[in-house]
Amino acid sequence: MSGQSQNIADQGADIQARENMLAGEGHARRTEFSRSWGRFKRFKPGVVALIFIGLLSIVAIIPGVFEPYSYSETNLRERGESPTWEHPFGRDDIGRDVLSRLIRGTRVAFIVALSAMTISLAIGLTVGALSGYFGGWVDATLSRLVDTIMAFPLLVLMITLAAVIGPSLQTTVVVIGLTVWSQYARVVRADVLSVREREFVFAARAIGANDGRIIVRHVMPNVLGPIIVLASLAVGGIIILEAALSFLGLGIQRPTPSWGGMLADGRAHIRNYPHIAIVPGIMIFLTVLAFNLIGDGLRDALDPRQRES
Amino acid sequence: MVAFLIQRLLQGIVVLFIVTFFTFGLMQLAPGDPIDIMVGEAIITDEQIELIQDKWGLNRPWYEQYFTWLSNFVQGDFGQSVVRTGVPVSDMVIEAMGPTLKLNALAITFALVLAIPAGIMAAVKQYSVFDSGIMVWASAGVALPNFWIALMLIVLFTGQLGWLPSSTTGTWKHWVMPVAVLAINETAILARLSRGSTLEVINQEYVTTARAKGLSERLVMVRHVVRNALLPIVTVLGLRVAFLLSGTIVVETIFAFPGIGRLFITSVDRLDYQVVQAITVMFVLFVIVANIATDLLYGIIDPRIRVK
Repeated sequence: MSGQSQNIADQGADIQARENMLAGEGHARRTEFSRSWGRFKRFKPGVVALIFIGLLSIVAIIPGVFEPYSYSETNLRERGESPTWEHPFGRDDIGRDVLSRLIRGTRVAFIVALSAMTISLAIGLTVGALSGYFGGWVDATLSRLVDTIMAFPLLVLMITLAAVIGPSLQTTVVVIGLTVWSQYARVVRADVLSVREREFVFAARAIGANDGRIIVRHVMPNVLGPIIVLASLAVGGIIILEAALSFLGLGIQRPTPSWGGMLADGRAHIRNYPHIAIVPGIMIFLTVLAFNLIGDGLRDALDPRQRES
Repeated sequence: MVAFLIQRLLQGIVVLFIVTFFTFGLMQLAPGDPIDIMVGEAIITDEQIELIQDKWGLNRPWYEQYFTWLSNFVQGDFGQSVVRTGVPVSDMVIEAMGPTLKLNALAITFALVLAIPAGIMAAVKQYSVFDSGIMVWASAGVALPNFWIALMLIVLFTGQLGWLPSSTTGTWKHWVMPVAVLAINETAILARLSRGSTLEVINQEYVTTARAKGLSERLVMVRHVVRNALLPIVTVLGLRVAFLLSGTIVVETIFAFPGIGRLFITSVDRLDYQVVQAITVMFVLFVIVANIATDLLYGIIDPRIRVK
């Protein structure tokens, strides 16, 4: 979530609140949102992380504005140049500016993280909701599927899939999206299991709502809190997985700059130009840490049950 | 308990079956014709191709190939490497398994020995400087990509200081960095977990009772707090095996460590699908066995579950 989109979300909530007020139900919703926001604000590292990710999102959306040099222009005479005032992070093994590549890599990291998470959320929510709501053979079948995915060390499954499909940006997104959803499915299933026994679900059924409507309108909104928390915590994991895949040469392909790919370049020249490998790792670390801290903050704000003392 | 275990075992077998089917199917879709890979640049006649097809059963329908492969696999025959012609895959896998198991066992042992006492201490002295330090480490440790830690250790200990070799095995010195890299992420996760579970136990009424009846603080901790706090850690250990194996792939590749993770990556690179297939199934087998072992262990240390 970026500072920008947070702003938009704020405005959205305002408009929503005004509309709700007209419909006579505004008060409760507005306070629910501001109460959550109030709880989130109390966790200072989370707020700092949110600002950091907000800034990074801007960089990811318009990287060209921030790049001091071309991210792809090589300069073989200056290859492996150590950090200088002109090139604060130095040049890489074929003379490209490391800072510019780092900035361009932010875009790749965000694209992969957000799209892979969207895919896995969609699959995880669907499988979990069907499994938990219908039970019986639907649950038995889907649960075996979830067990199977969970039995794989994720990286093994991703490497095999990437090798078979042929590595690229799209492959990376699909491969990660298709493999990390199993944990969402587990959580959603467990939550749906408990929600479907609640009175308001019976009430909805009593007035003749069908299963689809009950799931979408009554069950899912009540399990959304834990899902948002899980999703924000998972973004960090996805960024590390993408970097690992790219590092192994099975993710983002050259010449597109990615943090994992930059680390692979750094590894190849670790003895002569160790500076190439240092900064991309720090970027991965800070970004993952920030997403995790936002997740921690959201957990406190949205999911009081799982709050850590 | 026995019924539960049998059920878990059956579930494991079902999962393993799906995995073999899935992996086999994936390998069929993989790019590269096995004959091309075997033959390489050599020029061969159609009869020779047919001979090879017959030998490997490549001209039969896929489901026949699958069942032949499966029944061979169950009997411990994983086929032959296409790249290292004639070498049985089982030999390659077994040879690489030893170092990997040792590496993982060492890493998890170090992580447990460091993280559990640290987590418990942090919980006992909640809000102290030590506690904050552990929490900072717990947050930072999970965000550190292990391949980057590995590179930084190489820069420092091999490049700058020249203390440790950065590749292969041999003396104990070769093990230090791979074990450390694998252990670092785990300590962060386990420290956070043991802190959390200790905090949950420490305010229970039975702990107050134990104190009230005059037990020394040490006995309260050992008998009442730690024993109960360890339960969630045992559960998570089983789940961590899958993560640890993922880490092994990266770490072994960086340190040119002759284990199963590096064999996996080199086999993927060389399109040696018999090996990829065998290792994938072996990995899954590890995870399933680890999870069943966890359930078993859980039953042993928690009488409440045994009774159920």
